[in-house]
Amino acid sequence: MSSSELLQFLISGLQNGAVYALVGLGFTLVYASTGIINFAQGEFFMLGGMLAVAGVRMGLPLPLSILAAVLLSAGVGVAMERFALRPRRDSGALVLIIITIGASMVLKSLARHIFGPNEMALPAFTPGPPVLLLGAAIDRQVLWIWGLTIVAVVGLTLLYTKTKLGRAMRASSLSHDAARLMGIDTAGVVMISFGLAAALGALGGAAVAPLTQTAFDVGARAGLKGFAAAILGGLGNPIAAVVGGLVLGVLESLSVAFISSTYKDAISLVLLLAVLFLRPQGLLGKSGREKV
Amino acid sequence: MPEPLLAVTALDVGYGHVPVVREASLDVSRGEIVTIIGANGAGKSTLLKALAGLVRPTAGRVMLDGHEVTGFAPEKLVRQGLALVPEGRMLFGPMAVSENLALGAHTRRVAAEVAADLERVHTLFPVLAERSEQPAATLSGGEQQMLAIARALMSRPRILLLDEPSLGLAPKVIADIFKVLDALRADGLGILLVEQDANLALKHAQHGHVMRSGRVVMSGTAAELADNDDVRLIYLGAWHGNE
Repeated sequence: MSSSELLQFLISGLQNGAVYALVGLGFTLVYASTGIINFAQGEFFMLGGMLAVAGVRMGLPLPLSILAAVLLSAGVGVAMERFALRPRRDSGALVLIIITIGASMVLKSLARHIFGPNEMALPAFTPGPPVLLLGAAIDRQVLWIWGLTIVAVVGLTLLYTKTKLGRAMRASSLSHDAARLMGIDTAGVVMISFGLAAALGALGGAAVAPLTQTAFDVGARAGLKGFAAAILGGLGNPIAAVVGGLVLGVLESLSVAFISSTYKDAISLVLLLAVLFLRPQGLLGKSGREKV
Repeated sequence: MPEPLLAVTALDVGYGHVPVVREASLDVSRGEIVTIIGANGAGKSTLLKALAGLVRPTAGRVMLDGHEVTGFAPEKLVRQGLALVPEGRMLFGPMAVSENLALGAHTRRVAAEVAADLERVHTLFPVLAERSEQPAATLSGGEQQMLAIARALMSRPRILLLDEPSLGLAPKVIADIFKVLDALRADGLGILLVEQDANLALKHAQHGHVMRSGRVVMSGTAAELADNDDVRLIYLGAWHGNE
């Protein structure tokens, strides 16, 4: 294999990896604020792509469609927390997780009902020939995916480290009771986490839709990959979710290059199991929880 | 006599159907330390948790400065001027000392006032200024207790609830902490202090209550309780001689 071919595989890996990272960040945000896995996270990825397509078909300009898709998805995430999860929040993690599985089925069925069963394409954000880099061709949409991922990660990091809301979110993730004693409205923090998680998933779904097409049923696969990314990096830590996503994307891509494309999807499952067995805290997680 | 800052009347607290505190009544006024002593499991911590809103009382009434606050959520009670230094301190371990203090001031709106209060807690506990950027979890036990108290003070409470502040600390550190509590009391703060070390508690408090099996079984001035034969025998370890 020539070095430019290898580079091409690497680029494709980092492209998928960035999308996994966005979805994985959603898992991590919700886990940090609630301690549960939101199995509807993949459906926000689906909603992002589908709503953007719907916007374009309604005649909205592309950037506005994407923005509307992300905001609407965030609204669905907030509504899901408020109306499906919060009424049952004292019922324990298992009940809440099952509710998220139910919510994912509802969202998927609704999407099929509203948008139909067919695959749909979103126009490229900026059409044009691929950009050449050291003999490898990079689709312009891939640059968009990378750029949006970087903006999302930097924005999230600033939110977490520089703002009062971010500080309240970190405090709530350590202990709801302690955070409430500080006067933090932890229920509001949880709702915001669901909204942000949905927005990130939707952004990933809209950004990748011009390359891969989208349909009502793309959520499950995206959810699985994002979940694997978050677990691989170490749940609860945003940077870890990004690293996990990129590592997963590159490993998948290399497995296509060196083994066979047949096993591409199996890679994430194998990695997921291996991490859960061998290093449940993830690549970047600390062993054991810090407690004071 | 002026209205007490905190007035608790016949409060019942329980988890599920298991009653832990029954018909607890007590008052705390401005500039006063009131202590609750009693053995482990007597319901002292549960009573404090209920007063701070972490557990909902099942019956009874809590008045804060003349306003009913029974069953209020903790985030609401902080805004009403009640702060709890909880059992086990519940610091945000991975976060810096300065961030823990900033979280204590979460409900505050005026930055200049927060800055002034930060200076004040740094004066009360100078070690916190030195350790400002260290994660809270890396502090010693005594420093962590100081941080927990300082964090509660950052909300500028009118009444401070303290759950076992002396637990596991060296005598010198305990003395430092209680010197600060005495000073805060002198400044007009009302303090409700739960302590296992009854000697220590009665030395610093003005009033005291003894809890046994979820009930307040004895109340009086700190001096009366310290002189009471039952209290001396059971809680002050009189059989060891006077320590």
